[in-house]
Amino acid sequence: MSDETEEVAEESSEPEAEMAYGCPVSWSLDQKVIHPAAEAWKATAAALYLDGWNMCVDITAVDYLTFASNRQLPAGIAPERYEVVANFISHERRERIRARAQVSAADPVIDSLYEVFPGVDTLEREVFDMFGITFTGHPDLSRILMPETWEGHPLRKDFATGAIPVQFKGAPPAR
Amino acid sequence: MSLVQNVKDDGLAGLEHNFVTGQVENLVRWSRSRSSWPATFGLACCAIEMMATGGSHYDIARLGMEVFRASPRQADVMIVAGRVSQKMAPVLRQIYDQMMEPKWVISMGVCASSGGMFNNYAIVQGVDQIVPVDVYAPGCPPGPETLLHAIETLHTQIETGEIMRRREANGGAGAGIIVEQRDGQGESSMITLGSKR
Amino acid sequence: MTIIENENETIDAAESVDVVASEASQLHKLPRRNAVLRMSEVRAAELVDSPLAGENDQTMLVNMGPAHPSTHGVLRLMLELDGETVRRSKHVIGYLHTGMEKTAENLTYLQGPTNVTRMDYAAPFFNELAFSLTVEKLLDVEIPERATWIRMLMSEMNRISSHLLFMATNGMDLGAVSMMIYGWREREQVLRFFEMVTGLRMNHNYIRPGGVAADLPDGWRDEVLALMDMLPPRLEEYDILMTGQPIWRDRLQGVGNFTADEAIALSATGPILRSTGVPWDLRRDMPYLAYDQVEFDVVVGTYGDCFDRYAIRLNEIRESMRIVRQIVDQMPKGDYRVQDTKVTPPPRARIDESMEALIHHFKIFTEGFKVPEGEAYVAVESPRGELGCYIVSDGSSKPYRMHFRGPSFVNLQSMSHMMADSLLADGVAIISSVDPILGEVDR
Repeated sequence: MSDETEEVAEESSEPEAEMAYGCPVSWSLDQKVIHPAAEAWKATAAALYLDGWNMCVDITAVDYLTFASNRQLPAGIAPERYEVVANFISHERRERIRARAQVSAADPVIDSLYEVFPGVDTLEREVFDMFGITFTGHPDLSRILMPETWEGHPLRKDFATGAIPVQFKGAPPAR
Repeated sequence: MSLVQNVKDDGLAGLEHNFVTGQVENLVRWSRSRSSWPATFGLACCAIEMMATGGSHYDIARLGMEVFRASPRQADVMIVAGRVSQKMAPVLRQIYDQMMEPKWVISMGVCASSGGMFNNYAIVQGVDQIVPVDVYAPGCPPGPETLLHAIETLHTQIETGEIMRRREANGGAGAGIIVEQRDGQGESSMITLGSKR
Repeated sequence: MTIIENENETIDAAESVDVVASEASQLHKLPRRNAVLRMSEVRAAELVDSPLAGENDQTMLVNMGPAHPSTHGVLRLMLELDGETVRRSKHVIGYLHTGMEKTAENLTYLQGPTNVTRMDYAAPFFNELAFSLTVEKLLDVEIPERATWIRMLMSEMNRISSHLLFMATNGMDLGAVSMMIYGWREREQVLRFFEMVTGLRMNHNYIRPGGVAADLPDGWRDEVLALMDMLPPRLEEYDILMTGQPIWRDRLQGVGNFTADEAIALSATGPILRSTGVPWDLRRDMPYLAYDQVEFDVVVGTYGDCFDRYAIRLNEIRESMRIVRQIVDQMPKGDYRVQDTKVTPPPRARIDESMEALIHHFKIFTEGFKVPEGEAYVAVESPRGELGCYIVSDGSSKPYRMHFRGPSFVNLQSMSHMMADSLLADGVAIISSVDPILGEVDR
């Protein structure tokens, strides 16, 4: 690892203006979280990769439409309806880092990380299927879990769970 | 000498083997129930228990059912083992349609029988909306003992049922229970019951 | 060891996040990335129906599944075949999509394990463990030592049973049908132990936020030790039946080759990653529970082929047995669940005596306990790789969002790369060696 990396690490350990890879940092229960802007999503991932975060293990999203309490975000980050969450791992340092980007409801589009971390292929497709967030630059963004003819995105908060009231039909008459 | 000549000569004492007489119907029922081959239709957790039933401890071979056929054309019983999703439902129906008459269906586990704990957009609330079910096995997952009991129950049904019964009478549309499960979906993505799609 | 290729790369551009993406691209590590078939199901159906199928008339599009015996459930593969050779392939999943992540938003944290245990049904304890650890992280509670060690015991026993299941199905897929009977024979013994402890053979709901559901029953030690004595000779049998057998070796060695670069670029974890020589095991590298207090080896492969993946799993059974023996020796005494009245219902006996205990019991099981708002991601090493759980809490008694990172889901991506330009018959060996559990893939 080069000297610059250590500098970045030192920077991030300062309590005041915590920044890493050009993004505000927050700590969620001892887990380091960076908050890149949606436009800088891919560039941040590239910087992470070059800094030794060699695997993107997980990408998911959260729909904050009905979130009751206040969202704890670092200063300068405006909350949006969707949030794309990515987890990175460094085999060398044996550490994890999480990136959370705000994606607006009006235009749910964010860059795909496919080029930097090709392993996100199906993960991004799942997010697209479940939340309707479009990843630009993904080679084959299509539905993965639901049938291709399905309408709607099930994990959005305004999508009904679809529970059917349970009733007993055709039961023998009571004796 | 021939069998007939032996009987002519010595009466019943000329028989080399014993005979049992009975109705053809009974014979057909008996042989059907003793060699009802299941189709491999493992879906979820229940499939693991279904395979365990095929293992040496529970030994489904005792019931003449150890031959799990990959091709539905060679199978008599479909054991729907696990939750059936909206995406899987048309496939399930197609496999059922490909099976030869006479055919039977065991719905294994609560997910297949009623949707179980997954009462949501993704799971068909009861496989009997898609195919007619003969025996329901409860449990999540049903243990091999429960499955064996369901199989025994099915065998009893086969042995007491009518051999020439056909299901075309109601178009094979299941138990007649239809749950409207639209969840905001258009007509195009609805599962059409009783058709191949 | 080449875990990280660009170890020595300078990152002079790291400060400016506008770094050119091509420099940071991992695509060049995937020489076989064109083997991934990018075709929609609708388009594929059109092609299959048309008399001259395929992009050109040399290749043929074949559907395998979702009701195919060797695809471990309802996996469907679209294969582009050139004669017997697989050129491109695509896995089509979702046939077991259960909507568990949506269902979880309507269940309390105490009901959660009931839901998640049905994801990876071959390794249910790991799902419960990942969920419980995440909830405990959000709650910020420390669970008793005995609960930790019981969790470890059950996890390792589950790893044994899961790998035995792999042994059985892998044998069956490749035509060694007797192996299937042997695998089930041993697995049945392990399941009997699970039934003794949890009351269920599968889908236990045993590991819960705050500890485990019940203490280990009397005589568990004898039962475990009997299993540990029973297994080694049986594993020797497997070695005779398969490992040393020429047919088995011919079917697996050199089939489905995979490099460390490819594995890391495709986010593969578990035995697939380790088969390429990367010694990455969360139990050792990011210890959770008390894995830093037991001794075990991380089994790695060399060639990254199907045989390595088979051998790794076989030897991981042996390593798990080593851990289990240590757990039996070191099992501490104490509580099996946290004595925090907010999380834990009162003991059964007290409910008969005290009205407050009854109300408390009722409240916990109807309303559930409230979890402070926040978000956390906790991962455990399941038999198939990194099983992660991400929970967002809004301060209520139900998760606002629960997401599971299923290792099979991510590992399936590597299949197209392994299958490129291999024979269709080897494809079956490759599917089997990835060991996907579709319940976890589709969730």
